[in-house]
Amino acid sequence: MSGLVPQSWLNRLGIPPWVWNPLSVSLHAAFDATVVVAVVGVALGYLLAKGRFPGRGAIETVFSLPMALPPTVVGYYLLTRLGGPGPIRNAEVHLFGHPLTFTFTGIVIAQIVESFPYCLRFSRTAISVVDPRFEQAARAMGLSRWRIALVVTLPLARRGIVAGVAMAFGRALGDFGATMIVSGSVPMATTMPIALYNAVFYGSHEQAMVLALVQLGAALAILLGVSRLGKVRPW
Amino acid sequence: MKRGAVFARTLGSRHKTAIIVATVVVGFGLGFGVAHLMAGSIAYWGVVSGPFFLTLRVAIPATVIAGITGVASGYVLAKGRFPGRDVLETLGSLPIILPPTVVGYYLLEVLSPGTQVGGFLTRVVGHVLVYNVTGCIVAATVAAYPFCMRAARTAIEGVDPLVEQAARTLGLPNWRVALQVTLPLARRGIAAGLTIGSARAIGEYGATLMVGGDINGKTRTLSLAILDSFTTPERNTMLLILVLMAVTAMTGVGLLSRSRT
Amino acid sequence: MTAALEVTIAREIGEFELDVAFTVESGMSVLFGPSGAGKSLTLSLIAGLIRPDTGTVVINGRVVTDCDRRIHVSPQERRIGMVFQDGLLLPHRSVLDNVALAVRQASGRRARRVVARSWLERVGAEGFADRRPGSLSGGQRQRVALARGLAGDPALVLLDEPLSSLDSAVRGELGSLIRGVIISSGIPAVLVTHDAEEAEELGDVVIAYNDGRVTGRRIVERPVRPEPQRGAPESTEPA
Repeated sequence: MSGLVPQSWLNRLGIPPWVWNPLSVSLHAAFDATVVVAVVGVALGYLLAKGRFPGRGAIETVFSLPMALPPTVVGYYLLTRLGGPGPIRNAEVHLFGHPLTFTFTGIVIAQIVESFPYCLRFSRTAISVVDPRFEQAARAMGLSRWRIALVVTLPLARRGIVAGVAMAFGRALGDFGATMIVSGSVPMATTMPIALYNAVFYGSHEQAMVLALVQLGAALAILLGVSRLGKVRPW
Repeated sequence: MKRGAVFARTLGSRHKTAIIVATVVVGFGLGFGVAHLMAGSIAYWGVVSGPFFLTLRVAIPATVIAGITGVASGYVLAKGRFPGRDVLETLGSLPIILPPTVVGYYLLEVLSPGTQVGGFLTRVVGHVLVYNVTGCIVAATVAAYPFCMRAARTAIEGVDPLVEQAARTLGLPNWRVALQVTLPLARRGIAAGLTIGSARAIGEYGATLMVGGDINGKTRTLSLAILDSFTTPERNTMLLILVLMAVTAMTGVGLLSRSRT
Repeated sequence: MTAALEVTIAREIGEFELDVAFTVESGMSVLFGPSGAGKSLTLSLIAGLIRPDTGTVVINGRVVTDCDRRIHVSPQERRIGMVFQDGLLLPHRSVLDNVALAVRQASGRRARRVVARSWLERVGAEGFADRRPGSLSGGQRQRVALARGLAGDPALVLLDEPLSSLDSAVRGELGSLIRGVIISSGIPAVLVTHDAEEAEELGDVVIAYNDGRVTGRRIVERPVRPEPQRGAPESTEPA
């Protein structure tokens, strides 16, 4: 991943490798995770907001569980399902040639699981507060349900949806427990939170300070952006 | 199922909240009992009970503190009209996405007796604040606080201002309006915030690890103990407890939030 | 000549009972009554957005709702236009795009925009075709809403209190515009209002509503007016 930007640039910008390596891993993994979460989360949020089938509450509860579970529990289940014997592991070996534990992809999966509830809840809330009369007008105009969702409902709900995606990205960036268990802090795939933990553990005060500050800045930036987007709160 | 729905509607809203809260508390307790029954062995009791009760010792005070401060700050944010309101809420919301190790790092900087601030606080409080239960409580409180605060703010903002005005015209001073009118009307949202806050306090890992030190018997909460017992059978009991607690919490939140929609 | 609309419906919502039957010929029919009498509910039932408990709705001779025979045509298929009290234009699209969205009879974005533009001209809104609804005044928005309601070449147009949220100064002008455009287009219309003056000014037929029932029906006397377009010496009654 550090192959993305030439070392000379980094030297000129003054970014040492012990910042850039975990930073690029974190950004890359969080980005991948957020893409998946955004697509599936918004779609599921739409179904839960608009659908009329029983068990909607139960589905949202189940998919929101990672928010209430300790990251070690999430990490444990990911490790055993992805790595331990079973149908999921078999599928992984079939598709990728090897199980996904202790790999970059495994980190992405852990982040998907942990950040999904945020996107889901923000999206569902935002979509459910769209004035239904807009959709009624569109139905009378002859638009198909598909077009109504894409042209009317989702654009009207975009503030909350973007906030949800931003929160999910932030959560993915900040994941520690589940990532650590699934990846085992493999040196090539160390994320920022894990790097900070290592820095504190091994007593590198300078590094810890910098790593903490960078992550604090990122979290602040994301939250400030989300607050700008206005009041869509699932809790 | 329809009968149940009709019955539920006839219950007063006050009763519903009480029932939901009671279910959550009972669910938490049941989690422990059922887990042991399913694990089928009292031999695990010794190993699991330590972290379990430690988790309670940490999470209950943490939820109480986070709840009180969260509702108070939520109230101020909902009612206040000062510049920088949203910035304050953003700062208070940081622990939601801030990596737990960053929280842990800054807590260590502020609480360790070795640092300036930490040294001062240690003298004031009278005992060391890190690598013991106190540190764990602080970490868990920080984890729970944002959810309590945000939920309280949303719930309080949702209270009809006309009802509050009516109370004021009756002569009630502001603080009584807050305690006897506003907060009771907002109790569902506040309860939801407390529920998920408690779940976060129970499940806190990264910051607790750094500030508490994962000392067996002293600061090894349930979420930490899982890692230590990874390959042992009592791990299943711990998992079951935590999963049942989480399911109860999220179900409670879902029920409490679905009030008016 | 088949009636434009035949309605015989009953629907219960909570404590409220709606039970009405009426027909609409061409021209502008007004449902008039106090708030909560069930007028807007009737429109929703005609549009197919809600289903009645019992009854039928027939638009232009075509049965779109029949509870006994379990027929219910979706709103999309009914070819109706709707104009709402708040306009309900999409804020993230231009005025032209909003109207173009309703055009069904042409395909392709350019063709739809052409039709949309001609309707915007008819309502006097072509000047702000490229602006967003958020930047328009209430009266301007309702013009666009009217164009959108008619642009799809509907068999029937439904207007739900289109003037209620406008200033009284603008109301008169917009009311005349609505009546003028709809009558000259030949599309039959059903308009809901709680304003008696409005009912008199705009309607050819006034159907009185109270507490979920039709309590009366009256034809509005209109002075015979010459058709300005054809310039014919003969005067014709508005159809």
